Amino acid sequence: MIRELWAFRELVYFLAWRDVKVRYKQTVLGVLWAVIQPFFTMVLFTLVFGQLAKIPTDGIPGPIFYFSALVPWIYFSSTVTNAGMSLVANSGLVTKIYFPRIILPAAAALGSLVDFLISSVFLVGFIVYYEVPLGRNLLLWPVLVVLLMLLTLGLGAFFAALNVKYRDIKYALPFFIQLLLFATPIIYPVSMVPERFQWLFALNPLSALIEAFRNVLDPTRTVNWSVLGICVAVTGVVFISGVAYFRSTEKAMADLV
Amino acid sequence: MTRRIEVQGLSKRYRLGGIQHSQMLRERLTGMIKRPFWGGMKERESIWALRDVSFKADEGEVIGIVGRNGAGKSTLLKILSRITYPTSGEVKVHGRVASLLEVGTGFHDELTGRENVHLNGSILGMRKREVEERFDAIVDFAGVKQFIDTPIKHYSSGMRLRLGFSVAAHLEPDVLIVDEVLAVGDAGFQKKCIQAMEGLRNSGRTVLFVSHNLAAVENLCSRAIWIDGGKIRLDGPVKQGIEAYMASFAGEASGGADLVDGEGRLGNGDVRYTRIEYLGMDGTPSILTRSGDSLVIRFHYHAKKTVRFPSFGFRLYTGMGTLVTETGNVLHGTDIPEVKPGDGFIDVQISSLNLLPAQYYFSLWIADIGNTQIYDGDARAVLEVEPSNLFASGRTPHSGMGIAYFSQRWRFPGI
Repeated sequence: MIRELWAFRELVYFLAWRDVKVRYKQTVLGVLWAVIQPFFTMVLFTLVFGQLAKIPTDGIPGPIFYFSALVPWIYFSSTVTNAGMSLVANSGLVTKIYFPRIILPAAAALGSLVDFLISSVFLVGFIVYYEVPLGRNLLLWPVLVVLLMLLTLGLGAFFAALNVKYRDIKYALPFFIQLLLFATPIIYPVSMVPERFQWLFALNPLSALIEAFRNVLDPTRTVNWSVLGICVAVTGVVFISGVAYFRSTEKAMADLV
Repeated sequence: MTRRIEVQGLSKRYRLGGIQHSQMLRERLTGMIKRPFWGGMKERESIWALRDVSFKADEGEVIGIVGRNGAGKSTLLKILSRITYPTSGEVKVHGRVASLLEVGTGFHDELTGRENVHLNGSILGMRKREVEERFDAIVDFAGVKQFIDTPIKHYSSGMRLRLGFSVAAHLEPDVLIVDEVLAVGDAGFQKKCIQAMEGLRNSGRTVLFVSHNLAAVENLCSRAIWIDGGKIRLDGPVKQGIEAYMASFAGEASGGADLVDGEGRLGNGDVRYTRIEYLGMDGTPSILTRSGDSLVIRFHYHAKKTVRFPSFGFRLYTGMGTLVTETGNVLHGTDIPEVKPGDGFIDVQISSLNLLPAQYYFSLWIADIGNTQIYDGDARAVLEVEPSNLFASGRTPHSGMGIAYFSQRWRFPGI
């Protein structure tokens, strides 16, 4: 499988490139949209949850607190949705051409990475503005990105395969993602959660990842290695079982899609 | 000779209705509640799209696959292209395979011609470097040089087709699998397709080619495989294959049709057309009517009483309702003194049917000689004219070339 994927690596690149290119064609603001969405969501969150609801932000400046979580969250939610729909959306390709089908969700994961990186650059702007000092923990950032991609691709591949068979996924997925937004510490810090429920958050790999994305920015904060360890393990399980389920249904996809 | 394709005992079964059922999770869940002990799955009706198909193909062979709609041709191509998998049996394809089951698969409207060539090439399995090397040749072949940086949503459908086929034609695969691409496109496009496939044949590629265009199959292929009901009925020289396939139509009533009383049928009914039949000049039922064929059209009638000097005739229309011709026996000075009560028929001999391939409609009428009384009017029948090797060049006549063909010779005394 690995060798075959290598042979088709250019197709992954081209499909991702097509997605990016098409996404911003005939738009006036173009790639700025990658930033506009998290930026205004951040502004809204700062006003509603920070100023009105007075939810604490763990001593991190509000904009950084929300934005650092929104960037990986938006990557996760849009990629799981796009990857989950990728097989059905590209049914014309699936029924007419042979290629390893996993390329479609993989290209979706790669294509969204462009948006992720652009808004991450924007995040650097905030860090400079709030004069947050740089720390060693920032070296962990690329590792977090890889973990985020694996988790997203594992779930995306699983939903994509399921969606070929059961079109219910189209309706269930947005709901699932909406629920996850509240089950993940994005608008609140995980420290707000009562002690006895903390283990639940440790089991949600996205929760640990997003918390880590926040923590590596601030050199005064420590990374919770045991939680991150569990996150790596759960992410591994999600990725491997997602891809394995995808592979097991791959042969029938062209007949069902 | 290098063996390229080996297929042994290939079968493919599709479950009828299985697709729609499995798509709703609810069905599975309620099924599990209703029938918890049977696992919620009942055996559904299934259909064998292919049944025990075996054949081999070598380097340089161009094989035409013929058969009716639903015979299993496309399923076979999909299995050979690894898009779908067989229920049982073995398939081995050696070398690089390119399949062209549809022209321009994966084209995106918003992208320019240039971008789409790269994307499409990559989808078909070309390396980036290969696409770049052949880019100019691809664009030249498609004839879209001026528009190559325009989004293809502004392309005409013909330009789009040419570009799609051009990318595929420059793949240089060992095995090329082509499904019915000649069914679309104008004459120029078809000509280019055929030339490109001739080029492949001459360079030792193996080509599997599905088409309903029997003239093209006959011209391009050396061998034909006729598939019927999921099984190989015949595998042999192309002429033999096509003849056997065409002969399979003879058993049916396709050489003619009964005329039913449709809405709008006119006349008092003293004499009525009952049936129309297409025959060869020798009087045997004609399997299919092709451009340039000689044929006999036999009109059967039923008379309720003796009718003196009836006038038989018809109008022929195109599918668009254009009147092609109106003619009749009285016009030709062949008067009929009388028809007796009962059944009978009259023949119209046509030495060369100079209609281009399309569906035409008869509107048949019977009147008295002075046209004062109509016995039967606007009885409808269909005349299906199929493509043939009319030009004796392998180029196929098609409906886009108009309605009529005039027997002609091209000479060049002035060059």
